[in-house]
Amino acid sequence: MTNRMNTHVEWFEKIRLAARPSVGGKGASLGELTYAGIRVPPGFVVTTSAFEASLAALDAQGTIRRAIAGLDGKDLAGIGDVTREIRERIERAPLPAPVHSAIAAAHAKLCGANRSAPLAVRSSATSEDSADASFAGLQETLLWMCGADAVLAALRSCWASLYSVESVSYRLRLGLDEAEVAMGVVIQRMVDSRSSGVMFTRSPTTGDPSVIAIEGSWGLGSAIVSGEVTPDKFVVSKVTGEIVKRDVAAKTVEHLPAADSRGVSANEIPAERQAAPCLSDDEVRGLVDLAKRVERHYGTAQDIEWAIGRDGHTYLLQSRPETVWSAREVKPVAAPQRNPFDHVLAALGGKLRP
Amino acid sequence: MAKTVSKHTFPLPSEIKPVPGTEGWEEMYPYFTRVRPEDDKRFWFYNSMHFPEPMPAFDSVTAEVPYTAMGAYTTRVFAFPTALGIDYRIINGHVYITANAVTDPKEIERRQKVFQERAPHYFQNWNKLYEGWKVRMRSLIAEIGAIKVPELGDFDDISVVTGARGIATNHFVREAFHRTIESFSKMWHHHFEFLMLGYGAYLVFFQFCKKAFPEIPDQTVARMVAGLDVLMFRPDDELKRLARLAVELKLDGNFVEGASPEKILASMRQLGEPGARWLKALEEARHPWFNVTTGDGFYHHHRSWNDDLAMPFSALPRYVRLVKEGYALDRPTETIRTERARIIAEYRALLRTDEDRGAFDQMLGLCHLVFPYVEDHKFYCEQWFTTLFFNKVREFGAFLKRWGVLADGEDIFHLQHFEVDQALIDVMIAWAAGSQPVGAAHWQPIVKRRKEILEKLKGWQAPPAIGPMPDSIEDPAVQMLWGITSETLDTWSRAADAVNPKELRGYAASAGVVEGIARVLTSPNDIGQVREGDILICPVTNPSWAPVFGKIRAAVSDIGGTMSHAAIVAREYGMPAVVGTGQATKRIRTGQRVRVDGDRGLVTILD
Repeated sequence: MTNRMNTHVEWFEKIRLAARPSVGGKGASLGELTYAGIRVPPGFVVTTSAFEASLAALDAQGTIRRAIAGLDGKDLAGIGDVTREIRERIERAPLPAPVHSAIAAAHAKLCGANRSAPLAVRSSATSEDSADASFAGLQETLLWMCGADAVLAALRSCWASLYSVESVSYRLRLGLDEAEVAMGVVIQRMVDSRSSGVMFTRSPTTGDPSVIAIEGSWGLGSAIVSGEVTPDKFVVSKVTGEIVKRDVAAKTVEHLPAADSRGVSANEIPAERQAAPCLSDDEVRGLVDLAKRVERHYGTAQDIEWAIGRDGHTYLLQSRPETVWSAREVKPVAAPQRNPFDHVLAALGGKLRP
Repeated sequence: MAKTVSKHTFPLPSEIKPVPGTEGWEEMYPYFTRVRPEDDKRFWFYNSMHFPEPMPAFDSVTAEVPYTAMGAYTTRVFAFPTALGIDYRIINGHVYITANAVTDPKEIERRQKVFQERAPHYFQNWNKLYEGWKVRMRSLIAEIGAIKVPELGDFDDISVVTGARGIATNHFVREAFHRTIESFSKMWHHHFEFLMLGYGAYLVFFQFCKKAFPEIPDQTVARMVAGLDVLMFRPDDELKRLARLAVELKLDGNFVEGASPEKILASMRQLGEPGARWLKALEEARHPWFNVTTGDGFYHHHRSWNDDLAMPFSALPRYVRLVKEGYALDRPTETIRTERARIIAEYRALLRTDEDRGAFDQMLGLCHLVFPYVEDHKFYCEQWFTTLFFNKVREFGAFLKRWGVLADGEDIFHLQHFEVDQALIDVMIAWAAGSQPVGAAHWQPIVKRRKEILEKLKGWQAPPAIGPMPDSIEDPAVQMLWGITSETLDTWSRAADAVNPKELRGYAASAGVVEGIARVLTSPNDIGQVREGDILICPVTNPSWAPVFGKIRAAVSDIGGTMSHAAIVAREYGMPAVVGTGQATKRIRTGQRVRVDGDRGLVTILD
């Protein structure tokens, strides 16, 4: 466990990419982007050291990790039996006092005057979001959590989700070392999203590196991530800034904060708003600028979650390396010829000359 | 053309019904233009880009001669391995074409050897040969201008005797007419000399960009290719210069909306030195720059600015007003140049391998090499030369009128050029015999009937394509020149099924979305009807429409690809344009509210 910080809580402002082993991929990325000057909703990460301390408190003998490591990745029933019990243990166990007090203090600081300010609690596993193991979506994210108790419960359920059937079977299939598996949890201010979605700094359908592809819908981003709504799609040229494709979908559902301000609820969208684009052209351009900055910062294609708050600001919620097209072998489209016109001769039915 | 499938959503040539009241229309055109039974097996499309109206009998020479020249270059001169020439048919007065492909691998290989030996000569010497081309074109232009239609007097000129010429003047009637047709033919041969190779360079670069950047809009590729110093902007630039001069000389009061050219010219003549200076500048601009027509050089009635000053003059009041309001009317060439360089550099930087960057540089470099020819030949050939050509034919029309053969000089355009030959010979014989030509009784009823037929044929809704639909369109010339690809065919066949009568799809030629009132112009001579803020709906545009682009909010055309004139000009004006819709002039009516989406290539009728 080298490299892992001892602090149980780390603020975004102090985090860089290198902190990934202790804050997880999501937390490291949000810290890095905060550092890059990009508007990320403020927050902190409950580090892997908090996770390790809590796990040690409830399982001093290390039985949990040994039990997981001993499972067969194909035996889903077996995985189900073992992990159910582990999840219950994690969700029930009280946090060790140092962990609890560190988080409670950070929570108070993040919320300021409004102790029940809505927060997002998002898993940030150390094996997640890497370019080679796309864990995205396998672990818990809980939105619109208000008050310290709700946030702490959400934190435990994120930890527990590391032991979901899908997550465990995925790890086993990839042969990841169970001892290395840990989780950070991001706790950050919630954006009251008017619109939200994802965007890619190269086309997800064709791999075209010259466009930004944006998908967006009304309300919180969970409706898109869960696939409950067909989003609007925009394709914008990085070079000319022109919106080269624009598909406005009938968006029937939006996720909004639940009426009791705990969690989110799915709401039907009235007909006239269904067919209206969820972004103005200016907002599309703003997102494109954001995407280009993030891609430039990392130097590789990115897969980005964004939100436009009711305050009018555009926020970046997450950015991870694009994995599908980047993994493909780069083959040249054409090679230079002895004479430039040899290209034309070939196209008009001639042969390429040796 | 690609192999065909049996299903067809377009009518077969043999299924096309004649238009009632046009019986005998075939007689207007040479026999080899007629549909034959085996044509049902081939796919044809209506070349509405070049021939948006039914052909007057004489004007069919503008199909006959270009296709004679084009195919000669692809089939026989350069021996393109897979593409021969174009076959054309005239159906209900409309020109349909199909491209002949070579599919036999052995024959392709045989042609490759010839092609590989010949085509490089042009690419390797492009600029030098192009300079030579311009010299040849200018001499051809001088030649057609110098052709004299002889006067046949009571007695032949004394010089025939004293110079012992040995040839009486009636001989020169036919010779002059033949020279007119022959120089038209030479012009078209020159026209195609470089063209297909030039289009090949575009095609290669387009294909490369589409592979490297699958979602790049065609218009963006076109922006990287397009040069700036092209002649097609020159006539409009000359008008702007005249507007500035008028303001500078304080003559601007004469340019009020609706003032006729005659009135403006008359008042200029009375304005002393400044007026004289402006008139002199006008004369300089007219030759050659006002030899642009309202068409593309395929119809005698698409007159040039020089023939009808009302067209260029209609743009002057607005330009004068803008100059007075302090607008610089110059094209922002520096901005366009810088922006083009930036776009090229950024796409280049997005390429992922050195090989790609090397190929990109070669292909784009070649496009920039060929662009001046590909763009400027249109001014020399279709505009300048062709203006002189049709006016020369008019001189023969006047000749035939003087001899009583035709009731009106313009009626000559209702005779095929072979028939004009006969009518001229009729006069030559009569002059020699000392009798009277008999052509009046023969030709005048024919001309009258053909005018009726032509009017009726104008009402025919020419299907965009006929015959069995091909799987795909692979011919580079067809794709580049007419903007017709497999997607276009798909759009047309869907249009034929009237999927959504309120929507038309075409090429997104220039970005942006606007709504406005449609102004449908089927004949370019109606250009004067365009009002500030209109959305122009036209069959096709060409350089003489440029002054209109300052007035309109968007342009929609029936035919054209991303390198078509409308597309290039619209991009420079930063105005939305959708080209190649197939049917916009048929389905939209003047006064309707339409939305032009230049991002998606969609036109929506809102009323």
